[in-house]
Amino acid sequence: MSATRTVTVGSSQGLHARPAKLFVEAAQNTGLPVTIAKGEKSVNAASILGVMSLGVDKGDEVTLTAEGEGAESALDTLEAFLKTDHDEA
Amino acid sequence: MSITPQSAMKGTGIGQGVALGPVARMSPSPIAPTDETSSLTHQQESERVNKAIEAVAADLTQRGEVAGGQAQEVLEAQVMMAQDPTVTDAVEVHLKDGKTGEYAVHAAFAEVAQTLQALGGYLGERAADLYDVAARVVAALRGEPAPGVPDPGYPFVLVAQDLAPADTALLDLNKVLALVTIEGGPTSHTAILARGKGITAVVGVAEAAQLSDGDEIVVDAANSAIVLAPTREQKDEVAARIAQRAAVQKAPITDGALADGTAIPLLANLGTPDNAAEAVDLGAEGVGLFRTEFLFLSSETAPSVEEQRQAYQQLLEAFPGKKVVVRALDAGADKPLPFLNDAEEENPALGLRGLRALLTNEEVLRDQLSALAEAEAATDADLWVMAPMVSTVEETETFAKFAHQHGLKTAGVMVEVPSSALLAEQILQTADFASIGTNDLTQYTMAADRLLGSVAGLQDPWHPAVLKLVREVGAAGASTGKPVGVCGEAAADPLLAVVLVGLGATSLSMAPAALADVRAELLRYTLDQAQAIASAAVSAATAAEALDAARSTSTSLAND
Repeated sequence: MSATRTVTVGSSQGLHARPAKLFVEAAQNTGLPVTIAKGEKSVNAASILGVMSLGVDKGDEVTLTAEGEGAESALDTLEAFLKTDHDEA
Repeated sequence: MSITPQSAMKGTGIGQGVALGPVARMSPSPIAPTDETSSLTHQQESERVNKAIEAVAADLTQRGEVAGGQAQEVLEAQVMMAQDPTVTDAVEVHLKDGKTGEYAVHAAFAEVAQTLQALGGYLGERAADLYDVAARVVAALRGEPAPGVPDPGYPFVLVAQDLAPADTALLDLNKVLALVTIEGGPTSHTAILARGKGITAVVGVAEAAQLSDGDEIVVDAANSAIVLAPTREQKDEVAARIAQRAAVQKAPITDGALADGTAIPLLANLGTPDNAAEAVDLGAEGVGLFRTEFLFLSSETAPSVEEQRQAYQQLLEAFPGKKVVVRALDAGADKPLPFLNDAEEENPALGLRGLRALLTNEEVLRDQLSALAEAEAATDADLWVMAPMVSTVEETETFAKFAHQHGLKTAGVMVEVPSSALLAEQILQTADFASIGTNDLTQYTMAADRLLGSVAGLQDPWHPAVLKLVREVGAAGASTGKPVGVCGEAAADPLLAVVLVGLGATSLSMAPAALADVRAELLRYTLDQAQAIASAAVSAATAAEALDAARSTSTSLAND
């Protein structure tokens, strides 16, 4: 089972620094192999270095793909995360 | 002092502090692993690396939990990098090639770090974090202690070969009880840091190489000594001295004065305008030495009059109504400037430096004086200017003429060369004041390069030869009615400060961290008593005897 969806990033810092770390933690917590792609480039969502190297900014569209049992619900969680602004803290 | 010389390791004390605590040694960065084929199987190497990465991650996580706040965020990000699949995949590639775990980690982290550096910006800055993680994993693989500044989780005495600026930037000064270095002298980075922050330190202690983590030691800066495994008695004495010093630091800030009310203004030595506020907080009554080199050292050409005016104005605005003594650019010797003097000199300390260099580049001097005059006109501070490294009456006359031409009313000279100390009477007939730079005066009197560790023993301002020259200048100040300040390190040594006042110094300027100690010491003696202590020190035959004589005279006065 595999699921894919495209999300517009809502965090005002995009996926840099702290939001990148929180996103990677969320991706690892799904327990599934997840990739995140911006344009042509696709990386392992469990790699903070990979995620940071995408250079995702607020308003960018990214594509999430998850494999395995519960892929849809895992992407629900990650989509909700990406749409939220995590920078107030 | 009950600390016996047999058990003490000697070095150069910075400041007057004393501290007691456990040693934590600074570990050097591991030597980079070489490209070697492993004698273990791929599987075995893989397990070693995984274990090492886990250990480093656990250590960093634990440090993060202790530190909390922003430091925890940074350390947690480092943990993620250590375990990042991008990195572990790259490590695996090298392990499959049959390399050692050490080399695979070293090479893989470097590859990823270089990719990050190529991206630049925030990611580029993370490259340094990766190199740090790699060094930790390599050290773990080898069973060596983690490199860099130690963090044992409790207050400690940091023992290092020497400290680089990058090391001290990472240092949590709240946890450091004292600093001890095996190398380095009184002008090393460690000494400068210790002096600036008021941290107890003893530098250049060769025997400290034998200290181990956890050893309990006394760091006695006032006596330039380290004591390993102190006795109960010695520990009690240290505790009493720490309490006494804490009381001195908390004493109300008053203007500098002797016990009989004789005013001895206490001023600050500053190297940039940024430290002015801190100096005011610590009770500086003005600035006794403002070094202007910071404006020039980073540039190929001299800064413009406007750039200089802004910096001077920022300084003067911090001291409304107060005296601020600015030293004209002091280039040469240890701080050469290409636009002033690019000649190769055999003996730069005896070459074209200080005022000599300025007089061969009059434009630089005139620009500086113009900028100073403009800054003074725009503020309420009482600006005095002085020339560095003056050796003759003619030089004094020339500098004073330039300064007055630019509308600067108070022009003086630094006394750093024995000739100007011996001619102080004649010099002060032209100059409005003299300021004694004890570091250079000692270097030139003893003919001992102040930057050379091998002759550091001669670089002692307690030497009676130096004190006699100070006395010449003090006497000339009294007979001409002109102020004589001291702005060298000597003024920051409380008992020596009393001696300098006894020899005729009318103001003292020092690193702001030293003000409280000197203020408290001056209040213990009348001018007559300071003169008696000074007279005992000047009559001594050696630097050590001068110190002893001053100490015993001050003790007998206290017991009267």
